[in-house]
Amino acid sequence: MPEISNFTMNFGPQHPSAHGVLRLVLELDGEVIERADPHIGLLHRATEKLAEHKTFLQNLPYMDRLDYVSMMCNEHAYCRAVEGLLGIEIPQRAQYIRTLFDEITRVLNHLLWLGAYALDVGAMSVFLYCFREREDLMDVYEAVSGARMHAAYYRPGGVYRDLPAQMPQYEASPYRDAKRLEELNANRGGSVLDFIEDFTRRFPGYVDEYETLLTDNRIWKQRTVGIGVVAPERAIALGFTGPMLRASGVAWDLRRTQPYAAYADLDFEIPLGKEGDCYDRYLVRVAEMRESNKIIAQCVDWLRKNPGPVMVDDYKVAPPPREEMKTSMEALIHHFKLFSEGMIVPAGEIYAAVEAPKGEFGIYLLSDGANKPYRMKIRAPGFSHLAAMDEMAKGHMIADVVAILATMDIVFGEIDR
Amino acid sequence: MANPVKRWFQSFFLLEMLRGMRLTGRYFFARKFTVQYPEETTPQSPRFRGLHALRRYENGEERCIACKLCEAVCPALAITIESEERSDGTRRTSRYDIDLSKCIFCGLCEESCPVDSIVESRVLSYHAETRSELLYDKIRLLGNGDRLEGELARDRQADSSYR
Repeated sequence: MPEISNFTMNFGPQHPSAHGVLRLVLELDGEVIERADPHIGLLHRATEKLAEHKTFLQNLPYMDRLDYVSMMCNEHAYCRAVEGLLGIEIPQRAQYIRTLFDEITRVLNHLLWLGAYALDVGAMSVFLYCFREREDLMDVYEAVSGARMHAAYYRPGGVYRDLPAQMPQYEASPYRDAKRLEELNANRGGSVLDFIEDFTRRFPGYVDEYETLLTDNRIWKQRTVGIGVVAPERAIALGFTGPMLRASGVAWDLRRTQPYAAYADLDFEIPLGKEGDCYDRYLVRVAEMRESNKIIAQCVDWLRKNPGPVMVDDYKVAPPPREEMKTSMEALIHHFKLFSEGMIVPAGEIYAAVEAPKGEFGIYLLSDGANKPYRMKIRAPGFSHLAAMDEMAKGHMIADVVAILATMDIVFGEIDR
Repeated sequence: MANPVKRWFQSFFLLEMLRGMRLTGRYFFARKFTVQYPEETTPQSPRFRGLHALRRYENGEERCIACKLCEAVCPALAITIESEERSDGTRRTSRYDIDLSKCIFCGLCEESCPVDSIVESRVLSYHAETRSELLYDKIRLLGNGDRLEGELARDRQADSSYR
């Protein structure tokens, strides 16, 4: 009688469904997963250590590069931590702009997740539809910050610049006649807010389209229903946050339980799942996109009515306006001090978290009263989700690994950081 | 879906599949939203942060006064500056290098520059075949500035009231 042993297989680190650089060591009994062992660290860039050598302002662009699918949410957590240590209140308009862009980021993130998940499970076309809407939101990102992804738009003390009054437009090209060009630019005639408002009107229809393609589809259901079930008490014990936790039926959302920015004044609901399987996590994320859309519409409405400053009026934290910098000696000195030495943050420690699209993204900041953090710890939601891989995948077929992995919405920028 | 007859009907006649295919079919015949790059491009904001350039004043004098603020603020340490006194007694850079393989395009150099000298232009399609070609020195940066000055000035003007 030959001795039969389990087969060990490497999944990744160069597997297209590994969502980056994950090496997953799978122990298989036939086609059934006995053990799934994620090996991480292939995208480690030492952001936490790097932060100890950069001023508080210089650290900001690196936050975009943690979870590179939800850029502005990471910045938000970092800015909240620095502001908490500084003990400053930022202007209300900046709070609303941050709320607006947090939700735009959530939609961006969930669209990418939905497209990539459908692609992993075997539905090609959803990816293309999702990216069409992402393009509109990326344009909004670029209009306000100048970059489509790594925005560096939030600053400790507010946001860098106010929303522009003119949305960039398509230019004439040999491929489009004047009439078509006019159609393309129809919603780009006004300000960025007008464009976003137009988007919020169109978006629910687009979500209906994704749902038409997926929600009732039998292949989709066969691949997701009952896969990777996590009971509510296990979800809490495993440290799940965000949609992963809410799909198991636990009503925990930092926007509601610990309101920050302008969330306390806004009307929205927290979608919950029942079963805690991949299908529920899909439904929760789709419902979240609809809720985000509502929040965006409310923020646009508020921002229209309430002009005002978007940065604190404290030259020890925020640089003075350029006009003033060029005419006033004192402002110029502040400008030079801020961009060379940076802001001085009082000694202390703080943990600030935001409800990022993937879950609770937190920054623990320890300052010794210098112009750089003494220590920065990043709490990445994907890390604890990935740690549950073994528990979720055990007993499932090998093809379900991809479905489970993708449902976690992992991004290695934040897990390996 | 509670009604078993309805459910059987839906399942047997592949109704949800047909609804999905109807959607795909509608887009098959709809006008495409593809942008034919490079002949045409997507809209670009005046705030766009692309390839760097050093600007000059209208009289042809270079703006940079070698204050080294951009070098100090650059998070990626991509900028290297050396300065010396020019024959007319003004302080100027004798070396101004940007290593584009280090640069993270955060825009802090432009934000910090007190004389609007170093700017990030709208140019996003540049390439290099070797690493050393990605090291932009003062001559190449000033060349970028001279080539793009009209566009740069317009974009700074458009954004001036927000900064």
